[in-house]
Amino acid sequence: MTKVLTDARSIRIKGRSFLAVVLTPEAPLDDWIVQLDDLAARSAGFFLGRPVVLDVADLDIDRKGLTELIEQLGERNVRIMGIEGARPSQVGPNMPPLMKGGRPAADVDVTEEEAPKVDLRNAPEPEADRPKAAAETRAVTQSIVINEPIRSGQSVIFPEGDVTVIGSVASGAEVIAGGSIHIYGTLRGRAMAGSLGNAQARIFCTKLEAELIAIDGIYKMAEDMDQDFNGRPVQLWLEGDIIMAETLI
Amino acid sequence: MGKVIVVTSGKGGVGKTTSTAALGAALAQRGEKVAVVDFDVGLRNLDLVMGAERRVVYDIVNVIQGDAKLPQALIRDKRLENLFLLPASQTRDKDALTPEGVEIVMNDLKRYFDWIVCDSPAGIERGATLAMRHADVAVVVTNPEVSSVRDSDRIIGLLDAKTAKAERGERIEKHLLLTRYDAVRAERGDMLKVEDVLDILSIPLIGIIPESTDVLRASNLGSPVTLADARSAPAMAYFDAVRRLTGEPLPITIPGEKRGIFGKIFGRKAA
Ligand SMILES: Nc1ncnc2c1ncn2[C@@H]1O[C@H](COP(=O)(O)OP(=O)(O)O)[C@@H](O)[C@H]1O
Ligand SMILES: [Mg+2]
Repeated sequence: MTKVLTDARSIRIKGRSFLAVVLTPEAPLDDWIVQLDDLAARSAGFFLGRPVVLDVADLDIDRKGLTELIEQLGERNVRIMGIEGARPSQVGPNMPPLMKGGRPAADVDVTEEEAPKVDLRNAPEPEADRPKAAAETRAVTQSIVINEPIRSGQSVIFPEGDVTVIGSVASGAEVIAGGSIHIYGTLRGRAMAGSLGNAQARIFCTKLEAELIAIDGIYKMAEDMDQDFNGRPVQLWLEGDIIMAETLI
Repeated sequence: MGKVIVVTSGKGGVGKTTSTAALGAALAQRGEKVAVVDFDVGLRNLDLVMGAERRVVYDIVNVIQGDAKLPQALIRDKRLENLFLLPASQTRDKDALTPEGVEIVMNDLKRYFDWIVCDSPAGIERGATLAMRHADVAVVVTNPEVSSVRDSDRIIGLLDAKTAKAERGERIEKHLLLTRYDAVRAERGDMLKVEDVLDILSIPLIGIIPESTDVLRASNLGSPVTLADARSAPAMAYFDAVRRLTGEPLPITIPGEKRGIFGKIFGRKAA
């Protein structure tokens, strides 16, 4: 097999939409879990290999409760890929990412009526695939703020908007944002902005020592970066297929 | 109720077992009632460093499985009557430790002791996560070297996510103990600078333990270095670390340098 690459260094990371199954747990959760087990018993493997989104908009639950719920689902081999309708205070860096902008699709029929409410929706669409008008009427950009350092081995994934980190991003840690990334600390790991296809996204950090940076799928490894920027406050943006950098004073 | 300290690092060979013994003994030398607990099931070492290997009858796995009562498994130190060791099992693997069993043992220990110092195995798997599970305080043992620092960073992330305290929404107290610090190699620039390690890990520093043959000599004698030679440089660094651990704002000097780095370290925001 031959591979032709115009530039060995530019890889595009593309957006793609999948149909996700949305689970909407209802209080009391213990009863709901029993119903879920019942459903699983009747249609074994229903959740296997399907992207599952957890809708907690109507659920009164705190971060600890949500962690437990995700664990309980995990024990039943239901892997949650994203959480919908949660407030930032309910989610932590080790949880599946918050998702927004899902569009309803037809309900999935799971044979019997006692089954918990399960419906199918579109997972968030990549920016680029949306009609222009829709993008323009979109409400304010979503953002999350993380008040602690991102440690090695942790990843923060926030496809729907900007990520601000008050602290450093360690070597071996990563931040992936649909929008821009702001790091008030040293960027030692990876930062990938505009990850669903957004060439306007930027990366800002107080001190640049990154292992990898990417904007809209164009990436640069540490060794490809201009050493003049090393250790300095920098912003990075995209012009065409080239990542530009500039020091901030 | 006693306080639980976990001595942890991610990486092996950095000085966890040495530090568990030295910190445990140093606390006991101040008159506190202390238990040191070996969580390194299958690769136990703490009994050797404490000089108790010939007195091990029962171990933590026996207690968890109900074959022995806690007081039967605890070994009293020959030098200090208020220092005890709960050994690990050498013949079992770490799956013999169950979360429920560990919780019961830790709750019992907290009733009898002022301090429980847990020696964590290397790695980020079950043994290490069980050792940190019930800790109130973590001592993160790090060598001034990149792989050790990165592993410590990973462990700090786990401390903030996987401990019982973190799951209750509380913060586990984390302290950095820089060990095997070689002033000569630091001078040559062969090691990470103290400041760089602090900058990366951003947790408060409780001590810098110099690389020293006194440590080897003590462990060959089967004695924590603070008991073997209380005047030696590593012993004094461990005594000071204990004072900082208990809240004393003692200035820190880098071995081989006269300048104190007190201001710099304590001015930093602790994560
Ligand atoms: N400050 C020190 N100076 C010299 N040798 C040390 C020092 N600290 C630890 N060591 C040695 O390093 C080796 C590993 O230490 P140990 O405490 O067993 O590490 P760990 O429990 O993290 O695997 C041992 O041989 C020990 O004697
Ligand atoms: Mg050890």
